[in-house]
Amino acid sequence: MIPLLRHSARPSRPRRLTLQILRYNPATPEIAPYLQDFAIDESDGMTLFIALNEIRASQDPSLQFDFVCRAGICGSCAMLVDGRPALACRTLTRDCGPRIVLAPLPFFELIGDLSVNTGKWMRGTAERLQTWIAQTQPVDLDALEARMEPALAEAIYELDRCIECGCCIAACGTAQMREDFVGAVGLNKIARFRLDPRDTRSDADFYELIGDDNGVFGCMSLLGCHDFCPKQLPLQTQIAFLRRKMAVEGWR
Amino acid sequence: MEIIHSDVLVIGGGLAGLRAALAARKRGREVIVLSLVPPKRSHSAAAQGGMQASLANAARGAGDNEDVHFEDTVRGSDWGCDQEVARLFAHVAPKAVRELAAWGVPWNRVEAGARTAIVDGKPVVIEEPAAAHGLITARDFGGTRQWRTCYVADGTGHAMLYTVSDQSIAAGIPVHERREAVALIHDGERCHGAIVRDLTNGRLCAYVARATCIASGGFGRLYQVTTNAVINEGIGAAIALDTGVVPLANMEAVQFHPTAIFPAGILVTEGCRGDGGLLRDVDGHRFMPDYEPEKKELASRDVVSRRMEAHIRAGKGVAHPYGEHLWLDITLLGAAHIERKLREVKEISQYFLGIDPAKQWIPVRPAQHYSMGGIRTDAHGAARGLKGLFACGEAACWDLHGFNRLGGNSVAETVVSGMIVGEAIADFCATPAGELTVSTALIRRCFERAQAEFAGIAESRGKENAALLLREMQATMTARVGIVRHGDTLHTAVDALQGLLRRSLDLGLRSSRPGANPELTQAWRLRKMLKLALCVAWGALQRTESRGAHYREDFPRRNDADWLKRTLATWPDPELTLPALAYEALDVTRMELPPGWRGYGARDAIEHPLTTARQAEVDAIRARLAGADRHTVQDALLPFRDLLPPHLRGANARLGDPA
Repeated sequence: MIPLLRHSARPSRPRRLTLQILRYNPATPEIAPYLQDFAIDESDGMTLFIALNEIRASQDPSLQFDFVCRAGICGSCAMLVDGRPALACRTLTRDCGPRIVLAPLPFFELIGDLSVNTGKWMRGTAERLQTWIAQTQPVDLDALEARMEPALAEAIYELDRCIECGCCIAACGTAQMREDFVGAVGLNKIARFRLDPRDTRSDADFYELIGDDNGVFGCMSLLGCHDFCPKQLPLQTQIAFLRRKMAVEGWR
Repeated sequence: MEIIHSDVLVIGGGLAGLRAALAARKRGREVIVLSLVPPKRSHSAAAQGGMQASLANAARGAGDNEDVHFEDTVRGSDWGCDQEVARLFAHVAPKAVRELAAWGVPWNRVEAGARTAIVDGKPVVIEEPAAAHGLITARDFGGTRQWRTCYVADGTGHAMLYTVSDQSIAAGIPVHERREAVALIHDGERCHGAIVRDLTNGRLCAYVARATCIASGGFGRLYQVTTNAVINEGIGAAIALDTGVVPLANMEAVQFHPTAIFPAGILVTEGCRGDGGLLRDVDGHRFMPDYEPEKKELASRDVVSRRMEAHIRAGKGVAHPYGEHLWLDITLLGAAHIERKLREVKEISQYFLGIDPAKQWIPVRPAQHYSMGGIRTDAHGAARGLKGLFACGEAACWDLHGFNRLGGNSVAETVVSGMIVGEAIADFCATPAGELTVSTALIRRCFERAQAEFAGIAESRGKENAALLLREMQATMTARVGIVRHGDTLHTAVDALQGLLRRSLDLGLRSSRPGANPELTQAWRLRKMLKLALCVAWGALQRTESRGAHYREDFPRRNDADWLKRTLATWPDPELTLPALAYEALDVTRMELPPGWRGYGARDAIEHPLTTARQAEVDAIRARLAGADRHTVQDALLPFRDLLPPHLRGANARLGDPA
């Protein structure tokens, strides 16, 4: 693996890093979760992707973690880095202290060590909130496409950039208390489809999906989601806006 | 032994697999999709710049149509592609982009009025027509005569994948995540599904289906320096190769993308150059016009990558502790454009390089990017060698791309081939041949063989370390089977890879962790990957010409006389350390566009003896039909519509069509 590059002065001697990793294998429940230290020499531009793969290759081949794109776009590698949810692939070790504590994202089903089953939860949420454009009739494949204002297309994409990494859920106060809370990821998707004229659902329909304490009224506005979203989605404004719209709907 | 039944088993949850699954599902078939990862994390999400489709809405796309897209694709392929398939593709691409628009992809749209764009390094005012306002717009990409690449900022693949994945959820298609197909169930003639391993607990089970479709993507991870995701290890193609009867085609045709950030290999989109970005050398000099006066930075990827490597060899690279690189300059596009249209590039530059691309140049060097080769299929996606086996997307060699794929043609291929192949799968299921007739004895045999394979590795106490062998393979591929190839180095690569394959029989695992054991998974994949690597290297050594991305220093000319043919690699004997190669000729006498100069790159091809006659024939047909509409002319040259399902045959509407 070739280390990454960052333009800045290199220290004369590489730092010796300690990665303290929370280990647990559900296949051996008799062994309680424990923290294990791995020492590793820091290299230029090292990311947690590089560091963890190095540890797995040279120290412990059984260490479990998830990476796919290693470029910050697929959302696979969210974990707690020094207690904060982050994408590990684009976390540079130079931005951390010499001791880095890694733990799996809370809330999601644990697969083992740093690997959690975000996919299963996201699929369930998609089914529950019906996060798709409902097709009432087949698309005319030969005709010109329906027009859309350029600014509206860009506004939809702004919300469509969510990568379902789970950082917002891990940073959420409500999710710690309500296991059925849809979280910022779910609310943002409703905001995205609500904005899309191709989606024919009304606010009354959306109210059925998120008009309760497991939806938009469960949010306590602590806004850890907003602070930790790696894509800087405008979650604060979207949730506040949705709450107003849904409150109006609930009044009817 | 657990057995799971369905009509259709799709291996791979990226765009191609999901779109094929949707097509079959909409025809009433029960479909199960297997995916190594949650499908929205598939590598399709990494496609940034866009999808080619000849909508002709944008001012700079005016006059575009299927004919131009077809010709660009064939030239891009260096005449290595199947022209019938290129026709199917160019015809269906506009339908695919419009379908996705209706399903929710927020394509960037035409804004009527004047705007300033950067073209060839200079600001140019483009007047977008009022009639096109709100229709899907397009940007410029390499190797195209028109601005044809439809896009969603630089997150096109992400937006497409999320939309198609959400549609598959709406259709109720189950996706079995974190499951890997480890062997096909077959009797040498008919495929009946796959033996599958659960990556979360290591358990094996059997999936039995009438039709099996491999859509598992490419094999970039055979290389050390690649833009590909870590899951792109080519295992789908490898289990097809393992059957001994299914050929992989053109495995030596490997694409290197010009602009991967150095040295990490993370992609920055061709859209950077399409939107006006420039390549610069150590002196800050824009060097591409010196080599390619016609297309400059926007020649095809094989040509630009080769020119960049040549420029570095000429001493014009920028020195860096890990090697040399060149610069990608998008500062001239301005911060506002980068913020709106190239924001992933901006994020990647910030996070991985610590720079602002609106102010600083991006260090880049070509890196492995795409596998043109793969499981050889016919125009309907049916794999050769086994009935009931299909393939689509990057895992397949449908053969849309020949020896070089154009940027924007791969995400387009995923959905277009998914639409076509999914229908073919549904058709197959409806025929008597599509009935399930597998015996439980055969399933058990395949299951037990896979079980023994894993147990053998898990219990092996040899002295070799799979992680180290993997790194050696990757280093060999990047150093010796890369952008510039030579017989001597290819020989040493083949020898080295054979040595690694032999050593891989003597693995020793260090861990015996119950449940999911990443070391066991990696060790098992290693042998599969080494066989694929040998298909690439051995095929490259045998092909004594240069075509598209396959460039041989010792045979620098394209040689149509001897090499206008497709390589077919099979692995008939698992004990051997080399594949068997065969070749199928491309039929010049049926080509709509006979071989010629691409319009960029070298102009020294050795002509095929039948090219002149076919060109005269084509010219005569065009002369005879002068004045006829373009569809009539095209149909006389290379009829293709019969190959399409009826609902995909209609003409594509465009602005300004005669009423």
